[in-house]
Amino acid sequence: MSAPLDLPRWADTVLVPAISVVAAFLVAGLVVLAIGENPLTATRWLLQGSLGTGEGLGFTLFYMTDFIFVGLAVAVAYHAGLFNIGGEGQATLAGLGIALVLNNLTFLPGFLLIPLGILGAAAFGALWAAIPGYLQAKRGSHIVITTIMFNWLASVLLVYLLVNVLREPQSMNPETRAFPEQSYIPFMHDVFAAFGVEIPTSQLNLTLVLALASAYFVWLLIYRSRLGYAIRVVGSNPSAAVYAGISPARIIIIAMVLSGALAGGLAVNELMGYQHRLLLEFTSGYGFVGIAVALMGRAHPVGIILASLLFGILYQGGAELAFEQPAITRDMVVVIGGIIILFAGALDGLFRRLVAHLFARQKLARA
Amino acid sequence: MSPAIELIAINKSFGAVHANKDVNLSVERGTIHGIVGENGAGKSTLMSILYGFYEADSGEVRVNGKPIVIRTPNDAIHAGIGMVHQHFMLVEPLSVVENVMLGAEGGAMLRVGEAKVRAELARLAKDYGLEIDVDATVGDLSVGLQQRVEILKALYRGADILILDEPTAVLTPAEADALFGLLRSLKEQGKTVILITHKLREIMAITDRVSVMRRGEMVATVETANTSPPELAELMVGRRVLLRVEKAEKTPGAPLLEVDNLSVVDSRGVLRVANASFTVRAGEIVGIAGVAGNGQSELLEAIAGMRQPVLGSLRLEGKAIHSSEHNPHRMRQLGLLHVPEDRLRTGLVPAFPAFESAILGFSDEPHLGRGPILDHDRLIEDLAKKMEQYDVRPPAPRLKSSKFSGGNQQKIVLAREIERNPKVLLVGQPTRGVDIGAIEFIHRRLITLRDAGVAILLVSVELDEIMNLSDRILTMCGGKITGERKASQTNEQELGLLMAGVVDEAA
Repeated sequence: MSAPLDLPRWADTVLVPAISVVAAFLVAGLVVLAIGENPLTATRWLLQGSLGTGEGLGFTLFYMTDFIFVGLAVAVAYHAGLFNIGGEGQATLAGLGIALVLNNLTFLPGFLLIPLGILGAAAFGALWAAIPGYLQAKRGSHIVITTIMFNWLASVLLVYLLVNVLREPQSMNPETRAFPEQSYIPFMHDVFAAFGVEIPTSQLNLTLVLALASAYFVWLLIYRSRLGYAIRVVGSNPSAAVYAGISPARIIIIAMVLSGALAGGLAVNELMGYQHRLLLEFTSGYGFVGIAVALMGRAHPVGIILASLLFGILYQGGAELAFEQPAITRDMVVVIGGIIILFAGALDGLFRRLVAHLFARQKLARA
Repeated sequence: MSPAIELIAINKSFGAVHANKDVNLSVERGTIHGIVGENGAGKSTLMSILYGFYEADSGEVRVNGKPIVIRTPNDAIHAGIGMVHQHFMLVEPLSVVENVMLGAEGGAMLRVGEAKVRAELARLAKDYGLEIDVDATVGDLSVGLQQRVEILKALYRGADILILDEPTAVLTPAEADALFGLLRSLKEQGKTVILITHKLREIMAITDRVSVMRRGEMVATVETANTSPPELAELMVGRRVLLRVEKAEKTPGAPLLEVDNLSVVDSRGVLRVANASFTVRAGEIVGIAGVAGNGQSELLEAIAGMRQPVLGSLRLEGKAIHSSEHNPHRMRQLGLLHVPEDRLRTGLVPAFPAFESAILGFSDEPHLGRGPILDHDRLIEDLAKKMEQYDVRPPAPRLKSSKFSGGNQQKIVLAREIERNPKVLLVGQPTRGVDIGAIEFIHRRLITLRDAGVAILLVSVELDEIMNLSDRILTMCGGKITGERKASQTNEQELGLLMAGVVDEAA
């Protein structure tokens, strides 16, 4: 038994995550110190590389775009009480959807092809999530297990298709031919250039706007709509859902469909915005980062945007760091990322309890 | 002789809630001491401090005159304090002996400890009349016997002071009598018993002294012989309360709910309701009396459409309900509303703000929003009005549902259902965990509703409540309806027998 954890909203949403991040950086600093490097220099490189230059910032925001999509995907499922860790596989299938649409409808103009490509991504991502959703809803197969299996299935399916079916005949690389040029989502530096503003070149493209719009949509859906209400009832209190006449099975499937569609945004950003072809492993494990992002952002769209920015900084800054301080390898950066995930996600309760305790004491002192 | 337990100036706060304020309590050795109070009065907190679940912020605990520090339940056990919780802490697949041994195995190998337990259980059986089949599987025992195992566990661990938290909530009247007999024999053998309850009848029947708590404070300790239920109720609430609601005789109207031969099987395939048939008429309250777990819950859920019955049929206002429309959504549309038994697990969503819980089951109503989007301002305004009508405190629609007291939560649920003008209202445990002041309010509302011509089916494990509110009473035992009586022509003893499954010859 423990005292109830009552925190003011600002402490719950801002203070506790902030403490987690600071603690994570302190521990990560100790790790850097342990391998004989200066943590302060490392921090400087990390921030310099991710925020200090226009180019670095562009890359940071590019990664942030990826993380917003997968973070939202995890969050929507989470509100229905589901732990969707299949973002990786759903994004992979979304990539397949994009390639099939774009490379078969090459005759269409860009203003049609781009939305169709995005729809293709959403549809394929949704389908890949709907199957585990259906199995959970109707058969009770645990969503964690099935989504993990579906990650592997997606991965081997893509290998098979890229090696045997979709590969360009002349090419040795397991990738499709390039998408038609009119289907490229414009780079941000090109968009700004069109208005006569020059910003440094990076992978950042207009998908970021789509990501932010999706975040708003998810907020509206979850917190304001009738459907979102039903989703949250199912996630929070399944027996109340039955009482209310809400079918948990139906909601589980709908939530997974939405979740998978959102995960498809990762493929839109990576493929339509940057790579312009379908290739192996383009998801780079970001689907899993989405879990940490959603946890840290407390499954709220605003929190997810902020957490995505943090992870964007970490990924971009980490790459710079590994480049500038060779003793801190890429793997080291992964370790630091892991420490942050540990503190923000798994150990979140630790600080929450501590802060709640302090607040309770303060209140007593005042009383 | 110093008292068995002395609590001196105990204080305990949870956040802003001052659960125990300078509480003093003295319990004489060899007595049965009752503690009464409304929900949230601080009884459970006080006992949790005594048993080491919580540590007091300040104050002193003395056992047999000696000041001691109790930080964990183990400390309490060493001090000779045992506790029987409302929700049993037993391992159902294990035998009685194994349950008693659990946590007191006495070594790595079980055999030595087991022999000791058997000898000790035999002695306890002899001394206190605590007979039990020590090799029975606990899960197979009746609730009354499971409680006996809890008491044996405490005694085996050397308890001289036994705390019982709402021990009769799950017992039939006969089982409760057996428990009281047992408590008396414990007292005769010099044990001290602390009985926490909200049933004043029990306090009057068995305790020597009684302490009353209100809002975290100990407001009185009196000799039971010198007090009365109305006086205790007044002490608990802080004002005069009516323990019985007045209701006029009324001739019921047309049958609104007809249940015919209904049978329900639970998810494990166990038959929970067997061939139930009855009618509820307009302007009539039909109460279902029964010990918890005898099929009443499943019956309510089946009528509401939350479970599909395996057999039988329903008629609402004379029209047969087809199985394809027998779901909660459709039943609501047809005017059958439902105040579920378990507020926190079913009736509302604890994590939601109150205004969202106040539309549970009705979130599809078109006037609550525009298209797919709910109009929060409107929901908040609606609930604010209802909170005023139903005297919900605090009247804060944005407050989390879980932050309201049980009585206020129940009022939110009642307001939601009643304000939608039901034709038939199913009500499960309307006053479980609800304070006396709110009970009076809720009972009056139900009577008003009955007088307005609503057909009400009431399920409650509080026999007093059933007798008080109902026009007709059905008794249930083991999933069967074992009897039917007019409320004005029966008594507790008769209902108790019917609830225990004694075959009804009059029917």
